[in-house]
Amino acid sequence: MAFDSLSAFIAMEGHGPYVWTCYAVFVIFLAGLMIGSARRNRAVLEACKRGIEQQGSTTGTRPKAAATFTRVDVSQH
Amino acid sequence: MWQFFHKLGSPKWFYGIANRFMPWFLWGGLILLGAGLVWGLAFAPKDYLQGNSYRIIFIHVPAAFLAQSVYLMMASAALVTLVWRMKLADVFVKAIAPVGLILTFLSLFTGAVWGKPTWGTWWVWDARLTSMLILLFLYGGVIALDKAINDEKSAARAVAVLVLVGVVNIPIIKYSVDWWNTLHQPATFKLTEKPSMPMEMWVPLLLSVLGLYLLFGWLACIRMKTEILTRERRTRWVRELVLAGRK
Repeated sequence: MAFDSLSAFIAMEGHGPYVWTCYAVFVIFLAGLMIGSARRNRAVLEACKRGIEQQGSTTGTRPKAAATFTRVDVSQH
Repeated sequence: MWQFFHKLGSPKWFYGIANRFMPWFLWGGLILLGAGLVWGLAFAPKDYLQGNSYRIIFIHVPAAFLAQSVYLMMASAALVTLVWRMKLADVFVKAIAPVGLILTFLSLFTGAVWGKPTWGTWWVWDARLTSMLILLFLYGGVIALDKAINDEKSAARAVAVLVLVGVVNIPIIKYSVDWWNTLHQPATFKLTEKPSMPMEMWVPLLLSVLGLYLLFGWLACIRMKTEILTRERRTRWVRELVLAGRK
């Protein structure tokens, strides 16, 4: 250890606030970026899964509903 | 050779490779960075001139070093995008631009907090600091330009051109401390020369630089995977992958 005690380690001869602020900000940003990226990856994967399941349930297993014709008013001018 | 090149451009192939490397990047990076930071904070000797505030370099130098080398990687990928139209290169550029932005911000922030007790000021408009600030804006510009263009191909080309124009800033950052009289000290890290600092300071610094590199590798992989999934969500291999329940 370069320091005699824990309090000396925290104080760092007056430079403590500067050093610890830097390390805290660094860790928060890096961890935030990593956790955020991992979460987004999982969210996108889930969305893909949901999309495929929906697709499967509409086109695959269930037969397509018969087409229905309804009168639609379309202006001709 | 060409077969390899085509494989390299295939998102599916990349996806598999990334899965294999990611645990190594993550755990290697966490261990190396953790060891470097603990060593630097608690065990490395005090600097006789700067006192304990110098301990900030164990995060400042890796962040600044990575910020520039990420830009160079991005520029190489941008060149590949323009010349060979390789999809994966564009995915890489988009995936890592935000990482570069945060690394640049961290290097500026830690530099400012270190400058206060050491130089007596948070900020000076000298060559090194200003060119680093421009790098921050370049990263921001790349992200904004990509978001502003809806068409994927036009966005890829426009972003690649911007990235390549911005490369001119990198040598300016690197040589700013030699070309101009700046307050910033010359390079801490030189590959070609013997380190000018004692081993007890240099080794932890090297560990944290390597650790951050590995974590960057992990970040690049996972962010590229996300981008690939978004782009290829309608393809057959993604469908099979998702249905198989693999990550």
